[in-house]
Amino acid sequence: MAKKKRNENAQLNSEISIEQRETEGLSLGTIVRRRFLAHRAAIASLIALAVITLLAFTSVGIVIGGNGSLITDPNTGRLAVDGFRVPGWWTYNWYENYDILNPGGTPTMTLWPFSPGEHPFGQDTLGKDIFARVMRGTQQSLTVIFLVGLISTVLGVVIGSVAGFFRGWLDSLLMRFTDTIIIIPTLVLGAVLGRTFGGNAWSLGILLGLIAWTGLARLVRAEFLALREREFVDAARVAGASNFRIIFRHILPNSIGVIVVNATLLMSAAILIETSLSFLGFGITSPDISLGQIISEYNEAFKTRPWLFWYPGLFIVVIALAINFVGDGLRDAFDPRQRRLPRTDGAIQDLKRLIGKRRAGK
Amino acid sequence: MLSFIVRRFAATLVVLLVASFIVYQLTAISGDPLAEIRASRDPNTQDRLRYLTGMLDLDVPPFLRYFYWLGGAAGCLVGRCDLGVSIAKGESLVTDALAGAIASTLQLIILATVLSILVGVAVGMTTALRQYSGYDYSVTFFAFVFYSLPIFWVAVLLKEYGAIRFNRFLADPTFGPWALTLIPLLLALIITGIAGGRLKTRVRVFLMSLVLSATLLVSLNVTGWLTSPSIGVVGVVLLTALIAGVVLLLSTGFGQRRAVYVVGSMAVATGAMWLPGQYLFYYLQGPLGIVAMISIMAAIGVGLALTFGGDARVQIAKIAGFVGGLGGLVLVIDEAMQYWSTYLDLIPLKTGFVSTIGAVTPTIGREENMWLSLLDSYAHLILPTAALMIVSVAGYTRYARASLLEVLNQDYIRTARAKGLNERTVIVRHAFRNAMIPIATIIAFDISGLIGGAIITERVFAWDGMGALFSKGLNAVDVNLVMGFFLVTGLLAVIGNLVADLLYTALDPRIRVN
Repeated sequence: MAKKKRNENAQLNSEISIEQRETEGLSLGTIVRRRFLAHRAAIASLIALAVITLLAFTSVGIVIGGNGSLITDPNTGRLAVDGFRVPGWWTYNWYENYDILNPGGTPTMTLWPFSPGEHPFGQDTLGKDIFARVMRGTQQSLTVIFLVGLISTVLGVVIGSVAGFFRGWLDSLLMRFTDTIIIIPTLVLGAVLGRTFGGNAWSLGILLGLIAWTGLARLVRAEFLALREREFVDAARVAGASNFRIIFRHILPNSIGVIVVNATLLMSAAILIETSLSFLGFGITSPDISLGQIISEYNEAFKTRPWLFWYPGLFIVVIALAINFVGDGLRDAFDPRQRRLPRTDGAIQDLKRLIGKRRAGK
Repeated sequence: MLSFIVRRFAATLVVLLVASFIVYQLTAISGDPLAEIRASRDPNTQDRLRYLTGMLDLDVPPFLRYFYWLGGAAGCLVGRCDLGVSIAKGESLVTDALAGAIASTLQLIILATVLSILVGVAVGMTTALRQYSGYDYSVTFFAFVFYSLPIFWVAVLLKEYGAIRFNRFLADPTFGPWALTLIPLLLALIITGIAGGRLKTRVRVFLMSLVLSATLLVSLNVTGWLTSPSIGVVGVVLLTALIAGVVLLLSTGFGQRRAVYVVGSMAVATGAMWLPGQYLFYYLQGPLGIVAMISIMAAIGVGLALTFGGDARVQIAKIAGFVGGLGGLVLVIDEAMQYWSTYLDLIPLKTGFVSTIGAVTPTIGREENMWLSLLDSYAHLILPTAALMIVSVAGYTRYARASLLEVLNQDYIRTARAKGLNERTVIVRHAFRNAMIPIATIIAFDISGLIGGAIITERVFAWDGMGALFSKGLNAVDVNLVMGFFLVTGLLAVIGNLVADLLYTALDPRIRVN
C-alpha cells in the first residue's frame, strides 16, 4: 500500500516536472509569446492582417475630419470628400466615375503573368474603380473592428471586474443590466441604434462597442469571482493594498488570457455585424461605403458582373478568418491543452467560454 | 424546484420589461413615422396626419406612450392581446402580422436548427475521436472558414451555384468524366479520414469506398435516377436496413443477437408495408396519413421486439420502435417523391426544383394536394436552410469537439476503459451523454438568437417572416411592429434561458438548483 502511494507520487512529480521543465524560469509573457509564435496559422494571419491594413490605408489615402459627404471642389470642378484628404498611391478614388476601360468593366488584373492593370478589381456600370471602393470599405471595416475591440473590451473588463470583485448589490445591478442588453439581439439593437446615430464608421464603431461588451463582462466577472478567493489576493489585502490596486495589479493580470482571447473573438464578430448592418442599410450608409454596403449595392449584379460581388466579400472573409485564427492562436498560447492535472470544473469552464464566444458572435 | 423556476422567471421578466422599454424608446426616436405623409401634397394630408396621430398616440411623448403599449401587451396574459396597429403593414393589427410571420420563420429556423445540431454534433464528435488527424485539421479549418462567412454573401453564392446552376444540372443530370473521378476520390478521402486506423485498414477503406461511390455514380448515370428520383420497394428496404445498422452500431452493437435480428427484420417489415402504405396514403389524406404511417411502423417495431426480444425486450423495443418510426418516415418520403414529375411540371417557367425566392409557389394550391405542397415547401426551404446552417454547423462542430475532448480526458472514461468496456460503450454511453450536457444548454440559448440571424437570410431570399417584419418596421419607424418583433424574440430568449437552466440541472446531477 505504502509502495503504491510512493509510486503515485513519483508519477505525479514526473508529470509536473515535464511541464515545469518546458517553462522553467520563464515569465508568463515569454511562455505565451513563444507558444503564440509557434502557432503557424496565427502568425500567417497576423501578417495577412498587417498587409491588408497597410494596403487599405495607404492605397486610397484617408479622410480626416469632415462629415464624409461628397462636395464639388470649387477649384477643379471635380467631386471631393468633405474633410482633410490625405491622398494615397492609388490613382483612382472611390467616389468618382471614370471611363470604362474593358467592355462591361471586367477586371484588368491578370494572374499569369501577374499585372494589376488600370482597374484590377474591375469597374461598375458607372465606371467607379472597384479596387478603390473595396479599399475604402476595408478601411471602414477595420476602423469599426478597432473601435469595437477597444470600447467593448474596456467596458466589459471594467463592468465585469467591478461586479466580480465587489459582489453584493453592485454585482446584481450590473449583471441585471448586462442581461438586459444581452436579451436584445445584437443585430436588432445595432440596427435600431445604427438607424439613428450610424452612418459612418466612427459612429457605428462606437455604437457597436457600446453594446458588444456583455459576453466579455460575464466572463471577466466569473474569472474575478474565482480569483478573488485565492491566497495571493488575501496576501495583498493583508499587505494593505487598496481595492483599486488589487483589481488592477493583482487580479486583472491573472485573467488577461480570457480577456485577450475574447477581445479577438469580439473583433471578428464585429466585422460580420458591421457588414450585415450595412447590408441591411442600417449601418454605414451612402455616400460613405463599407464592404457590406458594396455587396448590398451590387447584389443583383452577380450574374452579369460577378467581380462587383466577389472582391468585397473576399476581403470580409479574409479579415474575419485571420482574426479568428489569431484568436485561436492566442487561446492555445494562454490555455494550452497539454498534459495537466485534470480540472474538476473543466466542462463548466469550457461551457462559459463557449457561451461567451457565441454571445459575442450574435 | 418550483420556487426556483418562479424566481428565475420573475427576474428575467423584469429584465425583459426594461429591455422592451429601451427598444421602444430607441425606435421611437429613430425617426418620424409620418414623414412620408407630411411630404405628400395630397389635399387631405392634414386629416390623415390628425387621424394617424390620434390612432398611434403620437402626441404623447414616447416615455409615456410605452406604458400605453405595455398596457395592451399585458392583455396577452389574459388572452386579449393588443399590440397596436402597424402603419408599415397598411394599418393592420400587429398581432395579425405576427401570427403569419412567426409560423413561416419557425418553419425555417426549426429545420435549420435540427439539421445543424445533427450534422454539427456528428462531425464535431468524430473529429474529437480522431483528434489531430488530417480529418480533424481539415474540419477545423473549414469550421473556421464557415464561421467567418457573412451570411448575405453566402446566400447570393448559394442562389447562383446551389439553385440556378444545380437546376440546370438537374435538367440533364449526367456526370461527366471529371465528376466521375473527382467525387468518388473526395468521398473516399473523407470516409478514410473518419474511419482512421492503421495504414492497412485505411487503404482497404479507401479502395472500398472509392469503388462503391464510383459504382453509385455510374449507376445514377445509367439509370437516369436523377431525372425522376424515386425510392421504390427495394430502396425502402435498403434505406431502412442502413438506418437499422447505424442505430444498432450506436446503441447495442452487433454482439447482441436478438437485437440484431429484431431490428434487422424491421427493414423487411418496412418493405412489406410499402404496398399497404399506398392504400393508407390514398384513404387517409392530409397529415393524418403521415402520423398514422409513422406510428404504425413504430408500433410494429415495438410489437416485434416485445414478442421476440427475450430478456432485453424493453431495451430492444425502444430501438426497434425508433427504427420503425424512421422506416415510416422513409415510406412517407417515398410517397412524396412519387409526385416529383407532377410537381416539376407545375413550376412556372420551368425554373427547376430548387427555388430561390419566397416560401411557396403561389400557383400551386396549398390545400389541393398535401404531397405537392410538401415538395413545394421543401424546394423553397433548401437554400435558406443551407445558408442558416453553414454558420450554425461550424459553431456546433467546434462546441461538440471541445466538449467531447474535455469529457474524454476525465477520469471516469479511463475507469470505464480499465474495467474492460468496449470502445463503443465507453464513447456512446459514458462520453457522448456527458459531452451533450453543455451542448444542450447552448442549443437552448441559440434558438432565440437564430430569429435575429434570420433577418438577413429572410431579406436575401425574400422570405416573409419575422426578419422581414423587423426590417420593414424599422424602416418605417413603425414602433408597434418593431415591438411586436422584439416581444417574440425576447420571450423566446427568456424561455430559452429558463430551459437552458433546467436542462443543465436535469442533465447534470452535480449542479443543484439553489
